[in-house]
Formats: sequence, C-alpha cells, structure tokens
Amino acid sequence: MRTRPYPAWISRLFILLVAALTFTGFMQMPLAKRYALTTVPGMAWTGDFFLVHKIHYVLGVALLFLVALVAVNWIKSWKNTLALTGLGLARAGVVFGLVVSGLLRVYRNLPGVTLDPAAILAIEWVHLTLVMVLGVLALVAIIRKSSAYAVRR
Amino acid sequence: MSEKKYRAKAVSRRGFLKALGVGSAGALIPAAPTLAAQERAGAPSDGELATLLDLSKCIGCGACVEACRESNSAKFPEPVKPFPDMLPSRRAKPEDWSDMRDVDDRLTPYNWLFLQNAVVEYEGKPYAINIPRRCMHCQNPPCANMCPFGAANKQVNGLTRISPGLCMGGAKCRAVCPWHIPQRQSGVGLYRHLMPRLAGNGVMYKCDRCHQLLDQGELPACIAVCPEDVQTIGPRHEIVARAKELAREMNGFIYGLEENGGTNTLYVSPVPFELIDRAIDKDSGPGANKAGKGKRKRTPLGPGKPHMGPVKDVMADETNLAAAAFIAPVAGIAAGVLGLGSKLLSKGEGDHED
Repeated sequence: MRTRPYPAWISRLFILLVAALTFTGFMQMPLAKRYALTTVPGMAWTGDFFLVHKIHYVLGVALLFLVALVAVNWIKSWKNTLALTGLGLARAGVVFGLVVSGLLRVYRNLPGVTLDPAAILAIEWVHLTLVMVLGVLALVAIIRKSSAYAVRR
Repeated sequence: MSEKKYRAKAVSRRGFLKALGVGSAGALIPAAPTLAAQERAGAPSDGELATLLDLSKCIGCGACVEACRESNSAKFPEPVKPFPDMLPSRRAKPEDWSDMRDVDDRLTPYNWLFLQNAVVEYEGKPYAINIPRRCMHCQNPPCANMCPFGAANKQVNGLTRISPGLCMGGAKCRAVCPWHIPQRQSGVGLYRHLMPRLAGNGVMYKCDRCHQLLDQGELPACIAVCPEDVQTIGPRHEIVARAKELAREMNGFIYGLEENGGTNTLYVSPVPFELIDRAIDKDSGPGANKAGKGKRKRTPLGPGKPHMGPVKDVMADETNLAAAAFIAPVAGIAAGVLGLGSKLLSKGEGDHED
C-alpha cells in the first residue's frame, strides 16, 4: 500500500465526514422507515427527516472547513513536494463538485430564494450522481491499493 | 347574485390581478419578460402572490370545491392497476383514491380543496366559521426544500408545485409539511418505470393554485367562482397590508402571517384560530400520526384534514446553519493563510499507512 505523505488525521477525518455525509445524504430519501432502519436499536433518529437534514448540514460545515484548509495548504506549500495521483485528481474534482452543488442546495433552502426549477433539478441530480461517482472511484482506489490522493514527488 | 354582476366582478378582479400581481412579477424579470408568472432566479419575496381569505364572508356553499375539481381535472391521476407489488409489503402499502374520487370532505389526490367548519363561541357570541382548506403555499416550503429529487418547487410567483413527471411518491413532502397537505396516489408516475418494487409509491398531489390560469393572468378557479368574494389575490406585501387592515376592522385574527415563517395563504377570522383549531374536524395536527393514541386505527390512506394550530418555522435551523456553511470555507481559507493550517498539518506529518 502506498504511504500518505500528509497527516493521518486528515485522512481519517475526511473519510469519517464523507461516510457520515453519504449516509445522512441517502437518508434524505424516504428509505429509513420503509426499510425498517428506524426499528434498529439506536437508529430511530434516521426516520426524522429534519434531524437528519440538520446533521447533514453540520457535517457539511465541517467538511467545507477541512477542504478549504487543505486546499490553502496545498497551494501554499504542498504542491511543491506532493503530486496528486490520477485517482486523487479525479476524486478531488468530484469532491469539489459535491461541495459546490451542496452549497447551492443550502442557498436554495434560504427563505426568499427561488431558483429556476430546471436549475434545482440540475443541482439535486448532480449532487446525487457525484456522490455515487465518488463511491465508485473510492472503491477502485481501494482495489488498486492506491487510496492516497497524493504521493511525494 | 346576478350573472351580470358576477361577470363584472370577475373582470374587475382579473384586471387587478393582471395589473398588480402577474404584472409586477413579470416586471422583476428583465431578461425574460415573456415568462411573466413563470419561475426564475433570485426572487425577492415581494414578487410572490398571496391570497387572503376573509372567513367572515364564507357561507360554505362549496362552489370553490367544485370549481377546483373542474379546473384541475386534467391533472388528476389515472393509475394503472394492478399496482406493482412493493417490498417490503408490510411497510410499503399502496394508497388508492381512484375509486373514491367523489370524496370532498378532506384532501385527496382528486380533491385539492375542501371546506372545514367550526362552530365556536367567542366573547359570548356564537360563530359558524367555514374555512376553505388547501395548500398554504409557504414562503419557504419544506416540501420543496427537502424533496430529494427536485420534484417539488416554489415558483417566483409564490406558489409551490409538485411535478407529476418527477415525483416518486415517497410522501416525504407530506411528512415534512406542517399541515401534511400533499396526498398520494399509487400506480401512477415515474416509479412504475424505474424500480417499482423497491422505490417510490406513486405521485403526490395538492393545490397548485391553478398555475395554468395564473400563467395566463387569470384568477385561480376557487377565487373566480366564489359568490361571496371570500378570496383576494395579489402581491404579498399588499395582501399582508390588507389582511392586517381587515383584522383591525373586525377586531379579528390572522393565520398564515407567522406560521411556518410565513405563508402565501392568509386567513382572517373574527374569532381566534386556537378556538377554530379546537373545533374543526382534523386529523393532521401535530402528533396525529404518532403512536400513543390508544387503538386509533391507522389506515394506509392517512389523514387529509389540516389543523389550524400554531406552526413554528420548520426551516429556521437550516437557515441558521446556512450561515455556518457559507462561513466554513472562508474560515478554512483564513486559517490556512494565517498559518494555523500549517501548524496543524505539520503536527504528525510524515508517511503513514492507512
């Protein structure tokens, strides 16, 4: 397995946030009650649409902070010593798309904001499609044993 | 009321709508004036049309209910039977109103407006209040904001619509609506063509304020047909001013101004709405679907009689969190630029296996 030339806590926090965001994102669909997830001990909260929605927001805030922090550090110093792998670049692009579409989603939910229905449809489906693309890319990266986004130059 | 008088009034109200309502909405669209009452980006709330219902005038004749049915009949579902077998069958049950199209004492996919009645005593006087009930058309509608597929949307002219071509019938909109307004019909819509056994359960239906008429500058059917002039429609700020004036005149009360952060349906009544809420026949008040109601029978068709109780702004927390979402990347960039990131990132830096 390739080593990661950046701190482990970044990888772990990123994986944790993306996993939790993916779960709470999919729970935006009315699945929890239909598929009895709410009956699993400790999982009743998954049936509360508003609670799951707010948790998704909070996790999104944490991811946005982390992504911005890493991006700035990349520009400031890491780009001289690190190189994105092909899969790393692809996943970074997908994460960027998820962040932008997610922020547009948050914007759309503000009172007084009314977007064109076609734009809303695009935002929804880009967000939903990209998370599935990220899942596929992550799976490929694990299978190819190259899950690090960047390697030393 | 004579036919002549009715016509004169209808024309006058239509003129009012054209001049003030759709006209002003259209004026806000410099790039696409032809879209007038259609949707577009960046709408200030003043571009929204609101309706005012003067409950002191409603005689409960039901003309609005009939007119609503006629005006929207082309939109009613024609389900394909038998319905797809869904999994798990114990939890995913079809909801079928197609054999009960005549039901008019509650909201159904075939009845988007109905009349509630409340007999109450207030300040020593008896009142018989009739209340036309339909979608409240919230200013910040949770049904639209939280639809995971973008099937529900609020338009720039203040009405909320559900697209039957996109709706999967998961009924999340009904669950998150403070009044549980949208109603489901199974056996129709997109889900039949995707994964009918595993996802979806039909299409959700509710009042769309006769968008086909509004788009042409005409009044919604329930407003146009009313012999008592119960309803008025216009730009929200004018309707709010009119509602407050009316409430002042009758020493009455307003519903819809604050509820769920503000709706585009305002009711004005001579009696407090808490009395009305206690008196009306309702199934969908807070907790109506919760357990703990003894052996109350829970039918798969669910409730369709909205309450008139207080409703907090259900999207308020999201609005607050949105500020954090927009600040977070800025804070991350600032932290990185200021070197905080470097310090944090250098801590424990080095090759590691994961």
